[in-house]
Amino acid sequence: MESMRERFVATATELLDSDPRVTVVLADITASQFAPAAARHPGRVINVGIREQLLIGVTGGLAQAGLRPIAHTFPSFLVERPFEQVKLDLGHQDVGAILASYGGSYDMSTEGRTHQSPGDVALLDTLDGWTIHIPGHPDEAELLLRNSAARDDRVYLRLSAQSNAEPQSVVPGRFRPVRNGQRGTVIAVGPMLQPVLDAVADLDLSVLYAATVRPFDAGALRHAVRATGHADIVLVEPYLAGTSNREVDEALLDLPHRVLGLGVGRAELRRYGTAAEHAAAHGLDPVSLRERITGFLR
Amino acid sequence: MTTAQLIHYGYGDLEPLMAVMTGDEKHGPAATSTLDVLWVLYDRVLNVDPRHPDAPGRDRFLLSKGHGPVAYYAVLAAKGFIDPSLLAGFAGFDSPLGHHPDRTLIPGVEIGSGSLGHGLGLAVGMALGLRAQRRTEPRVFTLVGDAELDEGSNHEAIAFAGAVGLDNLHAVIIDNASATHGWSGGVGTRFEREGWSTVTVDGRDHDALEAALTAPHAGRPRAVVAVVEPKDSLVTRSPANVRPTGVPSAG
Repeated sequence: MESMRERFVATATELLDSDPRVTVVLADITASQFAPAAARHPGRVINVGIREQLLIGVTGGLAQAGLRPIAHTFPSFLVERPFEQVKLDLGHQDVGAILASYGGSYDMSTEGRTHQSPGDVALLDTLDGWTIHIPGHPDEAELLLRNSAARDDRVYLRLSAQSNAEPQSVVPGRFRPVRNGQRGTVIAVGPMLQPVLDAVADLDLSVLYAATVRPFDAGALRHAVRATGHADIVLVEPYLAGTSNREVDEALLDLPHRVLGLGVGRAELRRYGTAAEHAAAHGLDPVSLRERITGFLR
Repeated sequence: MTTAQLIHYGYGDLEPLMAVMTGDEKHGPAATSTLDVLWVLYDRVLNVDPRHPDAPGRDRFLLSKGHGPVAYYAVLAAKGFIDPSLLAGFAGFDSPLGHHPDRTLIPGVEIGSGSLGHGLGLAVGMALGLRAQRRTEPRVFTLVGDAELDEGSNHEAIAFAGAVGLDNLHAVIIDNASATHGWSGGVGTRFEREGWSTVTVDGRDHDALEAALTAPHAGRPRAVVAVVEPKDSLVTRSPANVRPTGVPSAG
């Protein structure tokens, strides 16, 4: 299957052709894939070299000049390494941009901690005004990129090699009810939908699918919880466990509830191997998910 | 048009305007290190209009070194971007004028700054953005300090801008010898070796500054090193106040 990265390059290339505001900013990563687009639009495909502070600084300057920049590299080097540029050159300057990362939490499972950033979403969540999309399929990645390119705000698009077999019909910013049950509600984020559905196939649970986590669709969660017998909520996120627990608590402020936040563990794994082995080590494979979810339910 | 803009302010009015903010009649070299460069930029070089601070064709000036903005605010007041009556409230809760400028609060201020090493990268992006839209008229200027160049982010921008020949970009480096470990060979060499058109001038000489800031530099970005009095020149150099190497100063 085509990867989200391939779809990202193809879609961004089409946007460069059709929208004169769209500008792609790179720091060597994925530069060769953008070479044909760079040949057609030399001023709007900018590779700054291995300079991630400049990647974000240039992105902020382009936005102030009236363009719609899409900055792209691995999440460690897009969000964590130049975090002060993200905070000041975009947020404090009050400009918009799209940050599109590829690599998820452990796509680069053999590369070690340097190329893994499960904390990217939690880190961005300390800042104001970010829309955060976690697509679970290349089709969703394309839809969310096109939607983001037509806007002016700050968007983080977290692309990953982890993908669900089938795309969901996504409305940007909205959770999608996938199935209804009575014992509680599971919110599956992006690529976590497939393992969640496999884990709870025979359990009487509601499942909400979230391809956008900020803003957090509190209305959809409240609606789902009211329709179930128990205000028990399980969040399954493909990044740091518990990142969105606060959002669930705020959505259900007036309703006694319980929340189990599942995701990537905080402890450094110091293992290589496959992404599937990393998922299992973090308890995010269907068997582990099922055990942890049933242990939580009443 | 406001009353403020009807008054014609000259260079000699800047000290009194600064005095409204600081309460001091006279200001030492540290407070005024940027004053002459800022005045020459706004009085003789920049194509900016306080009546249209967001005009697409304007020149962009980015004060990267946001520390000590009193001289900047005095020049902006003198040139009609801010009402001089606002100066008295400097750094108050209701004032738009803080110890570091905020672009969302002050007309004509292109960037919010304070954390060092952000202006040059943003300026590179603006210069690229104007170029991508085929706007050949507007020029981008950014003011940095010699100590600010300690921040590595500057060197990412210096090398890249030189490599791509970003000739609508200008950096003015106020050199008051305040970098803790100095710059061997002078700060200008850092720009020159990356392909910038570089000149070093007296940062108090208005004619020399104007000539340096407007000289042609086709195909290359321009660096103007404006040398002013050393920051610590009025401080007695005793062992007690000479910082040991490698120990950051407080503030």
